Amino acid sequence: MTNVLTNGIPGGNRRTDPPLLEVTDLSVTFPQRGGPSVQAVRGISYQVHKGEFLGIVGESGSGKSVSSLALMGLLPSSAQVTGSITFGGRSLLDLTDRQLSRIRGQEISMIFQDPLSALTPVYTVGDQIAEALLLHDAALSKRAASARAIELLKLVGIPAPERRARAFPHEFSGGMRQRAMIAMSIANDPRLIIADEPTTALDVTIQAQILEVLEKAKSLTGAAVVLITHDLGVVAGHADRIAVMYAGKLVENGTTDEVFATPHMPYTIGLLRSVPNMQTAGTQRLVPLEGRPPSLTALPRGCPFAARCPISVAACLDTEPVLLDHAPAAPGVPVAGLGEAVHVAACHRSAEIASGGLTRPDVFPRPEPLAVEHREKNRDAQPVLSVTGLVRHFPLSKGGVFSRRIGTVRAVDGVSFSIQPGQTLGLVGESGCGKSTTILEILEMTKPQAGQILIDGQDVATLGRADLLRLRKDVQIVFQDPMAALDPRLPIGDIIAEPLTVHGVNAANRRTRVAELLDLVGLDPAMADRYPHEFSGGQRQRVGIARALATNPRLVVLDEPVSALDVSIQAGVINLLEDLKEQLNLSYLFVAHDLAIVRQIADTVAVMYLGRIVEYGPVAEVFAHPRHPYTQALISAAPIPDPVIERSRTRVLLEGDLPSPTEQIDGCNFRSRCPLYTLLPPQKRALCESIDPLLALHGTVETACHHVEHSTLLTAAV
Amino acid sequence: MVFYIFKRFINYFFLSLIATCLAYVVSSLALDPAAKYYGRNPQPTQQTIDNILNGLGVNPDVPVLQRLWDWLVNIVVHGSLGNGVNGVSIGDQIISRAGVSLRLLLIGSLIGAIVGVTLGVWGAVRQYKLSDQVVTYGSYLIFATPTFVIGVLLMIGATALNGAAEMQLIAFTGEYTAGLTGSWWDLALDRGIHLLLPTIALVLIGAAGYSRYQRSVMLDVLSADFIRTARAKGRSRNSALVRHGVRVALIPMSTFFAYSFGTLVSGSIMLEIVFSFHGMGEFALNAISQSDINAVAGTTLFVAILILFSSTLSEVLYAALDPRVRN
Amino acid sequence: MSLVEETNAELGAPDVLITPQPLGIGGPSGPPARSRSRGRLIWRRLTQTSRFWVGAITIALILAWALLGPLFYPFDALGRDPLNMGLGPTQLHWFGTNSIGQDLYAQTLVGLQKSLVIGLIAGPLGTMIAAVVGSIAGYMGGVVDRVLVWCINLLLVLPSFILLVILSPLFKGLSWVFLTLFIAGFSWMIMAQVVRSQTKSLRDRDFVKAARYMGVPMRKILGRHIIPNVASLLIIDATLGVVAAILAETSLSYFGFGIRAPDVSLGTLLAEGTSAAVTRPWLFVFPAGVLIVTLFAVSLIGDALRDAVDPTSGVNRD
Repeated sequence: MTNVLTNGIPGGNRRTDPPLLEVTDLSVTFPQRGGPSVQAVRGISYQVHKGEFLGIVGESGSGKSVSSLALMGLLPSSAQVTGSITFGGRSLLDLTDRQLSRIRGQEISMIFQDPLSALTPVYTVGDQIAEALLLHDAALSKRAASARAIELLKLVGIPAPERRARAFPHEFSGGMRQRAMIAMSIANDPRLIIADEPTTALDVTIQAQILEVLEKAKSLTGAAVVLITHDLGVVAGHADRIAVMYAGKLVENGTTDEVFATPHMPYTIGLLRSVPNMQTAGTQRLVPLEGRPPSLTALPRGCPFAARCPISVAACLDTEPVLLDHAPAAPGVPVAGLGEAVHVAACHRSAEIASGGLTRPDVFPRPEPLAVEHREKNRDAQPVLSVTGLVRHFPLSKGGVFSRRIGTVRAVDGVSFSIQPGQTLGLVGESGCGKSTTILEILEMTKPQAGQILIDGQDVATLGRADLLRLRKDVQIVFQDPMAALDPRLPIGDIIAEPLTVHGVNAANRRTRVAELLDLVGLDPAMADRYPHEFSGGQRQRVGIARALATNPRLVVLDEPVSALDVSIQAGVINLLEDLKEQLNLSYLFVAHDLAIVRQIADTVAVMYLGRIVEYGPVAEVFAHPRHPYTQALISAAPIPDPVIERSRTRVLLEGDLPSPTEQIDGCNFRSRCPLYTLLPPQKRALCESIDPLLALHGTVETACHHVEHSTLLTAAV
Repeated sequence: MVFYIFKRFINYFFLSLIATCLAYVVSSLALDPAAKYYGRNPQPTQQTIDNILNGLGVNPDVPVLQRLWDWLVNIVVHGSLGNGVNGVSIGDQIISRAGVSLRLLLIGSLIGAIVGVTLGVWGAVRQYKLSDQVVTYGSYLIFATPTFVIGVLLMIGATALNGAAEMQLIAFTGEYTAGLTGSWWDLALDRGIHLLLPTIALVLIGAAGYSRYQRSVMLDVLSADFIRTARAKGRSRNSALVRHGVRVALIPMSTFFAYSFGTLVSGSIMLEIVFSFHGMGEFALNAISQSDINAVAGTTLFVAILILFSSTLSEVLYAALDPRVRN
Repeated sequence: MSLVEETNAELGAPDVLITPQPLGIGGPSGPPARSRSRGRLIWRRLTQTSRFWVGAITIALILAWALLGPLFYPFDALGRDPLNMGLGPTQLHWFGTNSIGQDLYAQTLVGLQKSLVIGLIAGPLGTMIAAVVGSIAGYMGGVVDRVLVWCINLLLVLPSFILLVILSPLFKGLSWVFLTLFIAGFSWMIMAQVVRSQTKSLRDRDFVKAARYMGVPMRKILGRHIIPNVASLLIIDATLGVVAAILAETSLSYFGFGIRAPDVSLGTLLAEGTSAAVTRPWLFVFPAGVLIVTLFAVSLIGDALRDAVDPTSGVNRD
């Protein structure tokens, strides 16, 4: 029995106190010069209670950021905002900019995504934090404000706060800048903190740190938090309630447990099923969510998700569903409007889903794995790629005309691995670990500064130009950002055919091959004369993959191929890559920072830190029993989209930031952040301080740590 | 930071030195100082001509590089730039004229920069509104008008104004009215009035350039994230724009200042000639028409030094405004 | 930093406001009727701007007038009319006459022709030099780059006007072609710096790296990937270069360093007109007006081009 709410406003978890923030029917439209307006947000309603943690989840174009900017009144002046926003009883939309500016920073504060561009480059961090204090307290002296700013920096865990307060934003690392932003936001004890994708630009271990800081900030101030993100894992571990947005509308809203365990809306179901889950990755195929959100200037009449929804019916194309509570509550129980409904969803068929008539596999069935051709896995086959002791150092010099060397960046410091035919090696690490430099070194195919690169058994250092050109046929690359990887001036047919021009394939053959390739990657061959900007991100990445396959390579290097794509699109591309690997017997060198994806697609994994490999072995073993403290920290920091697991995990947190790349560290270069190091007695530590650990085989996994036998001291329950 | 600026100064110094030497060589080769003596009646003897030319150091029979070296040595050792064809020391002539030029140049550039930056910021904030359009198209109109045309048009306008008022409201020929007596204030006022029109012309040119550039820089800053952060902290929109936006938008101004200074120097020299000031403009004009190599070289040195100072000043400004380059 | 650098031409970024029609898998809308290259998109945006049309039509009219005007007018530039000396505009002499009876209208047309030719050659020529020098310096880096940058900085030490004045004895007696070449020769430096910095950033873009890793040779990369992606900047610079070249020529001729008597250019006309400016203003105002209108129209086209290329223009950004 569905309980119909007249305006679909869900309440808290049976909370009866009046909500702190109440958004009713908020719409934001951006008029466009010479075209239809963009309806970014279309009538959303939700509530946030005191001390509650709400996670707003959505992909690009869902309107999640726009709606929170509307809350703060920070949209461009051309935006048309209708509806009502009530905060602590006051209506925010009626206020002038001056009145709103008194609330901003004091009662509601906001944390933005990219802290480098979010902080003014010409003022010190301390001054910018003090500014937040001074703006809302006329009686505060400058000196007192500065002192308080230093206190706040200490609170958020920035070491040496007095010195740091006098530094400029560009002297901080990404994680530290975000801590400073959090300090700024809690300066005046706000009642509501809005965090707009605060960790998207950060490495996963830093993300874990920042989320801890955010939780601490929340408990210190007692504020409610609205966290906007696309990462379901992040909200699983921290949010009390979740609201899912799609094409400018709220399509589901409920407690975290409920939404994850029993989602009522097909989009949510699709999202949850398509997100790679590190626990289950590698054992089953991902469920893709095909298609893309509708254009916000030309929205269809009915449900915006209908075009992509596998269970849509005629009614879906006709009328847009409203947020309703489909929980099979006791029939006849009247709904008093607010505070009663727990879990609402906007779908005509939610009732069927909620009652169990349509299960999740019914809505989004898992695709059948491709029939695995049984190939003779010849153990003695020559590796497609073999790298030994690869070194790439960059000299750092200062000065223009007369430059002098002031240091060396050891981007790659002795890396060795090999890839067998038909195998995938996952290269994992955070920013600054050298994984990108490694693959670019391999692709340059010149004699490395030290070490050896063997492709198909041939040493690239010994090859002449003609041989190298032939070798380039066998190794191709797919880049991370599909927009930057395709020349915007060329139609995709020419882009895909470019590798063929190098090897003298004539025009007619090129055309046929391009059509073949487009078909192979799931695009319509008739689109060969379209330009990149006419395609979506996922499609552009497929074009990039098609280009990489043009010359029938044996090894494809993939540099974070899905990180720039929306989460629901990633699954489709990953599946495609797996299929292609089987069909064409390819080997992959797959660089990624997302562990779940690596676990899904890789056979072996190498974990890199500061230019070295610290752990190297079969993927299942490394993930099940990580031995190196860094690997453990990495795995424990990666969020899993399952609230039950997330809440029960113990995190291994790393201290501080990556050391400066030019710094020379004696002994193990991880010890400045190693959680195991801090637990060891001094005589054991001496080993870490003096001798650089080499990769040593423990079972099937090579680990570079002196104290592997103590690795279980850090309980990282995955 | 001081070391950084010093290094840049040295760099500019060498560039200026080489440019000046090249200019000396080129004008020595291009100009023929002997020509006018050949045209005289009675023609002086070759010996006389050679003596004159040697005295000036511009004898074409002496190798160019030798002459260049002598000229440089003369500057370093004697602090002298040689003599002009009229026998007067170049150095003296430049000193007496430099003040005239610098007065116009510096006052005009400064006011032009201030007006331009203000209009640019204003135009960006009021993007596409009427005031912005007026400033934008006004700037284009000024760009489409040569400097001297602006000067002459102002003269025509002032004459009409004087005619309508039936008195000499705005005098503009020369730097001051010859033969005027009176108190210090009267003389200064007279000079000020004569300076009015050329300064207005220079200000218009400078303001047009600065405003366009500043407007585009300011537009980028307007959509910057840190403006949003400042507002999120509690600053009103205008306050955030002024305190955070303008401050950051001024940074590229320092590099633009170096670039535009060259244009303003050219413009100032042109205006001097148009308004009959006895400044470096007239000096340069005469130098070329009289094939006075020393004078041309001296002028080049003067301009090069001006540019050297402005470039160094722009580096200082940049480092002062942008903490990211100081390390 | 030239005004051209203001162009926030995001090379490669799609127009964020022109939402593309989604194609392929499950997309709700069908494919567009014709593929739209970036060039066509820019042209469409350009032709929608009123400034472009004002400028283009004005220039077209001026060009037509400069070419055909003399055909429909009885007087020529050099002939004197002793009966009508020093008169203002009349029905006979549309722009009036100067003190020796020469017809100003005819002279203005001749001067305009000369200025236009010089401008239309020197402007694009300077841009071409800038493109070649800038892209080579930017792509090759290393010693070649440092040497070229040093040369550029050397040429930038003195303002170009003063340089041309000093060099004027070199082209004094020669035809206007040499003047044109000299003007072009000292106008390319700033644009070359822009092209160089754009080339440097393009070189690190993924699609250029992809071409390198495919084995595409350098000259093909420059021609296929680099130059087309700076083309919009080059076109804008060439347009504004025409304005700069005409201004340079006019200024030089005015002060006696460029075109000289008996050759006629707008600069020489203005010089003659200045001495009589306060008593016979038409001698100055007409040539000045023609010059200003021409340059203003070209500037409008350049400005409209800049907006058409920049995807973020027209957006309210505050």
